[in-house]
Amino acid sequence: MDLRRFGFILLIIVILIGVVVLVGGKTVPAGTIIASMLATTISVATPLTLGAISGIFCERAGVVNIGIEGMMLAAAFFGWFAAILCNSIWKMPAMPSLLIGVVIAILTGGLMGLLHAVLSVTYKVDQIIGGTVINILAVGITGFLNRQLFFEKGSIFGGQVPHAPGVLPRLPIPILADLPVVGVIFRQQPIAILAVVAVAVTHFVLFFTRWGLRTRAVGEHPRAADTVGINVIRVRYANVIIGGMVAGLAGAYFTLESVPSFEPLMTNGRGFISLAAMIFGNWSPVGAWMAALVFGAAQALQINLQFFRQQIPPAWAFLQQAYVVGLIPYILTMIILTGIIGRTTPPAADGVAYEK
Amino acid sequence: MKSEASMEHSAEPVLQVKGITKQFPGVLANDHIDLDLRKGEIHALLGENGAGKSTLMNIIYGLYQPDEGEIWVNGRQVVMHSPNDAIKHGIGMVHQHFMLIPVFTVAENIMLGSETVKKGVLDRRGVARRVRELSHQYGLDVDPDALVSDLPVGLQQRVEIVKALYRQADILILDEPTAVLTPQEADDLFRIMRELAAQGISIIFISHKLKEVLKISDRITVLRGGRVVGTTRPQETDQAHLAAMMVGREVILQVEKSEARPGDKVLEIQNLNVFDDRGVRVVNDLSLELYAGEVLGIAGVQGNGQSELVEALTGLRHIHGGRVLIQGRDVTNKPPRAITEVGTAHIPEDRQKFGLVLSYPVTDNLVLCTYYLSPFARRGVLNFRAIDENGRRLVEKFDVRTPSPYVVASKLSGGNQQKVIVARELSRPIRLIIANQPTRGLDVGSIEYIHREVIDMRDQGCAVLLVSAELDEIMALSDRIAVMFGGRIVSILPAARADRETLGLMMAGVEVGHPEPVQAVT
Repeated sequence: MDLRRFGFILLIIVILIGVVVLVGGKTVPAGTIIASMLATTISVATPLTLGAISGIFCERAGVVNIGIEGMMLAAAFFGWFAAILCNSIWKMPAMPSLLIGVVIAILTGGLMGLLHAVLSVTYKVDQIIGGTVINILAVGITGFLNRQLFFEKGSIFGGQVPHAPGVLPRLPIPILADLPVVGVIFRQQPIAILAVVAVAVTHFVLFFTRWGLRTRAVGEHPRAADTVGINVIRVRYANVIIGGMVAGLAGAYFTLESVPSFEPLMTNGRGFISLAAMIFGNWSPVGAWMAALVFGAAQALQINLQFFRQQIPPAWAFLQQAYVVGLIPYILTMIILTGIIGRTTPPAADGVAYEK
Repeated sequence: MKSEASMEHSAEPVLQVKGITKQFPGVLANDHIDLDLRKGEIHALLGENGAGKSTLMNIIYGLYQPDEGEIWVNGRQVVMHSPNDAIKHGIGMVHQHFMLIPVFTVAENIMLGSETVKKGVLDRRGVARRVRELSHQYGLDVDPDALVSDLPVGLQQRVEIVKALYRQADILILDEPTAVLTPQEADDLFRIMRELAAQGISIIFISHKLKEVLKISDRITVLRGGRVVGTTRPQETDQAHLAAMMVGREVILQVEKSEARPGDKVLEIQNLNVFDDRGVRVVNDLSLELYAGEVLGIAGVQGNGQSELVEALTGLRHIHGGRVLIQGRDVTNKPPRAITEVGTAHIPEDRQKFGLVLSYPVTDNLVLCTYYLSPFARRGVLNFRAIDENGRRLVEKFDVRTPSPYVVASKLSGGNQQKVIVARELSRPIRLIIANQPTRGLDVGSIEYIHREVIDMRDQGCAVLLVSAELDEIMALSDRIAVMFGGRIVSILPAARADRETLGLMMAGVEVGHPEPVQAVT
């Protein structure tokens, strides 16, 4: 990631945190605010980070995946459904229910990935169309089942939204979590931690292993990979399915880690923002993570400003409007995608079906 | 040095194909082909496009399955199901279009598909060491840590060779390896091929360039129409004989032309500046004059601004500075139609992309520049009778081999597609021909035809600007030769005084102290 983009990221994060410090600094020490902002940033950046990683697996292998949004949404629903089913119908304890929910979410994502691979790799459907199909499918299925399963009389939950098993608990990192002030940054929930681990693992896999070399080769020049005996179709399938599973984990964040409920359309464009993060990070895991943190910081601004609503000076009254602040991630997406902050280069064969 | 010695002690062929037959829908691509390759031999496979060379090599490399016939490697019969099998039997192939990943390093490209891994991590250092060893052993001078996209074409080709050697290939198939090289790079390649052969590597060298084949091969096998016409040795044959074997009739290799009689000035380029798609200045303050009745050849390695120059002249690319005058009229940044209407013919570089509408019939393609004029259109409505009549007439006159003038252009062979373009462009009243790589990828017969057309037009008083990466073509046709390097004309010499060696050096950007580099036409 070049310096210019890194500088841009740093600048935006500093500005966003600075706004909160300026507003709330009179009642709460600046250090506490900064630590709290960072902790929230990491947490809310989780689905974006994972979404971007999902995109990286697919696109590095040469398959454009704009269906991440739908994959997340479907995984969020089915993971949540599985957790509730275990907890309230089969009377399992909360923790195992939640873990089963996460597994089902990942599998749902994997299945959606498989669908995308079948469409775009085997049947060579235009990959944008394939992704759109997945997005529409996810909205339809989750909306329909949500109504049928929970709000219809005679459904398994008898028309009552059942009591949810809660959310995944925080896993404080030993020692670090006990530090004064900054400790809060290291008290994260498991999927948030997994997202950071996924960045490191993906970086390693992509650039230091045989799998990564072959994946990148297939995304850059599939025919060249074919002539040295690499099975292009298989590599693409595997990576798109893995990408789907990562998107599934991102989906689990929404209903099993962030809030204990499902709402139609709750992913709210995060899948698309994570694609922006992927592009801004130049298809590299670390870069994409940085970009995801920028979007996370924008969202953290909205959340943290709630605490200090009363102290917002009259001159900045617009900050009191939650929806104005809520626009920031989307505005950032647009700025970043214009390419003003440095051009990026996608894998050469990205989005091109491979014909023998 | 032809390796006579290596041929004597090599009784057993390392590779033998027997009776290979491959039928494609409508074409018998290979018809009972027999071929044998001896250890340490450079065996040229010569033939026109469509003679079956590529099909045969793809069968040997496992990309196609033969309908009939056997492949023997080192005295054992083998079946090649995929390139993997070929690699396993020690066969390596350097494709005409390189199979390299530009954003990978040399070492990464070489190890791809047969990586060595230590504790799950790619062993880059070990591979780099091995590449250096191979590079040293065969005099290849390949740096394993360089990024492929930073390397010139000649070096990329060597990376492909190392890639095959790394997989322990002792049989190398080189598919038209010199098509993309400057003369100097080609000489380097020949040196490397001899070195490889001397160390026991056997090479199949595919080409349609007679001169090279005679220069480098130990034996030459000629294919025509899917059959082996014969196998000979360079000592026993010459260019004319080989060409006749290839084409099946006598071919006039030397373009016969009289002395040019330059007339008035047709094209004048003044301080032209053009940028490429990435915004890089690729034509740099270029000035040039072209006169009626002469052929000015622009020699140069591809990518030195020739394509952009031609695009700028024909109205396809914005001119950022300077002027272009055709017959005294300023056509700078005029649309292509305006430039066409002052009497310019354009034979574009990529005939399929810019020269033809592939999905249109030949008849329609023949009126692409004139469809809006009488008699082809009246008050905005096309007159199909006139278009068809014109199509039939030109197909006949320019000897376009097509089942009918109404088939779509994509069904024609490359040579006949090019003839359609030539027919369309040269059948109009023109004063200037701008031809970019007019014979690229064509066979000897079509090349001969197009060369004759160009010279005929010159003799009728046309000015011809010929851009070609083929030095032979430039030297055969041109009256004056301009060498283009880095967006500039580095020198203009009369063709009579130009020799391959000097031109090649200039094309590579080497300053050559020519006694009288630039001259004016009298």
